[in-house]
Amino acid sequence: MAEMTVIEAVREALREEMERDPVVFTMGEDIGARGGVFLATEGLLDQFGPERVIDTPLAEAAIGGIALGAAVNGMRPVAEIEFGDFIWPAVNQIIGEAARVRYGTQGRRTAPLVLRVPYGGGVRGGLFHSQSIEVAFSHQPGLKVVAPATPYDAKGLLKSAIRDDDPVIFFEHKRTYRLVKGDVPEGDYTIPIGKADVKRTGTDLTVVSYGLVLHYCLEAAETLMAEGIDVEVIDLRTLRPLDTDTVLESVRKTSKAMIVHEDTKAGGIGGEIAAVIAEEAFEDLDAPVKRVAGPEVPAMPFSPLLEAEFMPSAEKIAAAMRELAAY
Amino acid sequence: MATIGIELPQVGESVTEAVIGKWLKQPGDTVEKFDALVEVVTDKVSMEFPAPHTGTLTSIFAAEGDTVPMGAVIAEMEVDKATAEGAASEQQAEAPAPNRVGTLIQGANVGPTGGTFKDTALEEQLANRPPQASLAPDSTPNTAQATGRVYSPVVSRLAAANGIDLATVTGTGRGGRVTKQDVQAQMATGPSTIPAPTQPLTEDSTVGEDRVIQPSPIRRMIADHMVKSVSEIPHAWSTVEVDMTGLVACRTAQRHLFLERHGADLTFLAFTAHAVARALRDNPLVNSSWEDGKICLKGRVNLGLAVAAPDGLVVPVIQDADREGISGLAQRIAPLVERARSGSLTLPDVQGGTFTLNNTGALGSVLGGAIINHPQAAIVTTESIVKRPVVIFGPGGDAIAIRSMMNICLSFDHRIIDGAEASEFMQSFKRELEAWTADSELN
Repeated sequence: MAEMTVIEAVREALREEMERDPVVFTMGEDIGARGGVFLATEGLLDQFGPERVIDTPLAEAAIGGIALGAAVNGMRPVAEIEFGDFIWPAVNQIIGEAARVRYGTQGRRTAPLVLRVPYGGGVRGGLFHSQSIEVAFSHQPGLKVVAPATPYDAKGLLKSAIRDDDPVIFFEHKRTYRLVKGDVPEGDYTIPIGKADVKRTGTDLTVVSYGLVLHYCLEAAETLMAEGIDVEVIDLRTLRPLDTDTVLESVRKTSKAMIVHEDTKAGGIGGEIAAVIAEEAFEDLDAPVKRVAGPEVPAMPFSPLLEAEFMPSAEKIAAAMRELAAY
Repeated sequence: MATIGIELPQVGESVTEAVIGKWLKQPGDTVEKFDALVEVVTDKVSMEFPAPHTGTLTSIFAAEGDTVPMGAVIAEMEVDKATAEGAASEQQAEAPAPNRVGTLIQGANVGPTGGTFKDTALEEQLANRPPQASLAPDSTPNTAQATGRVYSPVVSRLAAANGIDLATVTGTGRGGRVTKQDVQAQMATGPSTIPAPTQPLTEDSTVGEDRVIQPSPIRRMIADHMVKSVSEIPHAWSTVEVDMTGLVACRTAQRHLFLERHGADLTFLAFTAHAVARALRDNPLVNSSWEDGKICLKGRVNLGLAVAAPDGLVVPVIQDADREGISGLAQRIAPLVERARSGSLTLPDVQGGTFTLNNTGALGSVLGGAIINHPQAAIVTTESIVKRPVVIFGPGGDAIAIRSMMNICLSFDHRIIDGAEASEFMQSFKRELEAWTADSELN
């Protein structure tokens, strides 16, 4: 076991997969000589050379299109979208094309590409370097959407994503890169896509989350433990396909559910999970499903004060947990 | 300006630690002296701890839920120099690490370029931000739920499957709502009026399963306190019968007049407190404590009264109880017990107890073996007053009479007191109680 950060876990997964399989290559803006703006690909150019570590122009449509073309022709590209905020020019390549390859060819072709997408706020990135965009892709059948929160999950899931035969959008929360540290086993292991993880067992209420704010949920759960409220915390890890079995099993036990995400509330992942709970576990509910999410504003604000207000915090989450527990 | 540490105060000599509740001020907040700073929970009392000085709260070292020893520095504040020089405690805080989830790295560099982003000006600005209010999660209670008798899906289903009449279930949720736990508790005790369900229990039914309850901070403090008392103090016990017939007659005869004259109900507790305080004055060894291998005789008789509050047992204290007459005690006990039951005891209410009186008779008990309220030397329980046939010596010799009898039960620290001293105290207590007659003068 080695202790590493999320960014180190991502880098190690990439390196090991490129060593393992020669058709795996990586591409993106500044990922070669610069090693990526977050240094996710640092050292890979020296190890694997410019044919497998490719600097691209600032052109997300091209990144998406080239990755798709390579994927349908037998390569396994891992393309980095430098900041998730700028993914929109590539949406036609991802949703309009890549998501439909297997379906449209009746399974004769697949598009085994991975898009690594740094996302999320709390990094003083302002309106153009902070957004949560994962829900736009989670809506699309044909895609797999992954959003790990810990180094262990990041490495195991990235390896699964690279080996998956379908397009995977791999969301990495920027603030977790160097904030979250954890044990990662040496060598090769994978974590299955589509499987949530109960990060903390509890009996009084179920909290479903992912990404950065999952850690705030765990912190809030510790706080509430001292108050005699025992919270179960589920890390979704994968946003599509959703592991509804794990969520429902927990809600049937606790009868109270809360979803926490940094993304805004309306139309978010939380709404989908709340709907699944209502459809499948209505008779087990002892309280309305609660959501804690970012406020209804168009983007992460630049002002540090307002950014702090935007972000769910352990304190805000704990307050919501108390309210739900007392219902 | 100068920085001084804020220490958790001693809140009663038997209390060694407290659980930190909610912080009412945050770092950066300006605080006035005596502003409520933080909630502190001990096994005796929940209190709001006031700011010791005027200044700015700079750091908090004890997070909500932390157990902290008395005297520990729980926060730091910045005060002006004069205040700092005047402050008794100026030692630098030995700050425990902030209580974060272990996997988060404090101050990690999370800038967009991964290596160089650092803006200390912004950090300072954030650290000094005013208290937030506007965008916090909406905490407006759901009034529709709070007012009506509305049952959630799981409550309805469990009640139907187990034949429970929800109208008879006491709700513990918000606004008295019946929760799933309430129904499960009812299921565990068994429905009294309903036949057993004819269908086999469904797989998600929780009938028969053990349930684990996380004790509240107060419950845990009581538990620790009891273990400490039982493991440190060699307990011994003594029970004496008291004839309360005269006292009962006195109370019945004078209750009305007493209320008019003194504005307080003439309770049995006032009588027993009065009697025990006098007995303690006459038997100083019982009003003492074992401290570091020595016996400390207490200079005052501060009588603790065990009261069942919603969160657990609390022991408010009547200071100098031996100096009060019946009326003074009756007037002081009523508001104190009321504060205890409503959870609004203040620090002076619980400080300095030297002996504890527990009126277990109110619960229907006739005999008890109480655990001493550490570090006191003894505790006495007054049990139910019961009419019993008793042999008395009358004008014509022995006769059987109906008398109002009560047991008083003493648990005492055998390091301090032997059976002889315990008996002397019990006889004093008994004499005081039996001295009352219907026409006794109440002062």
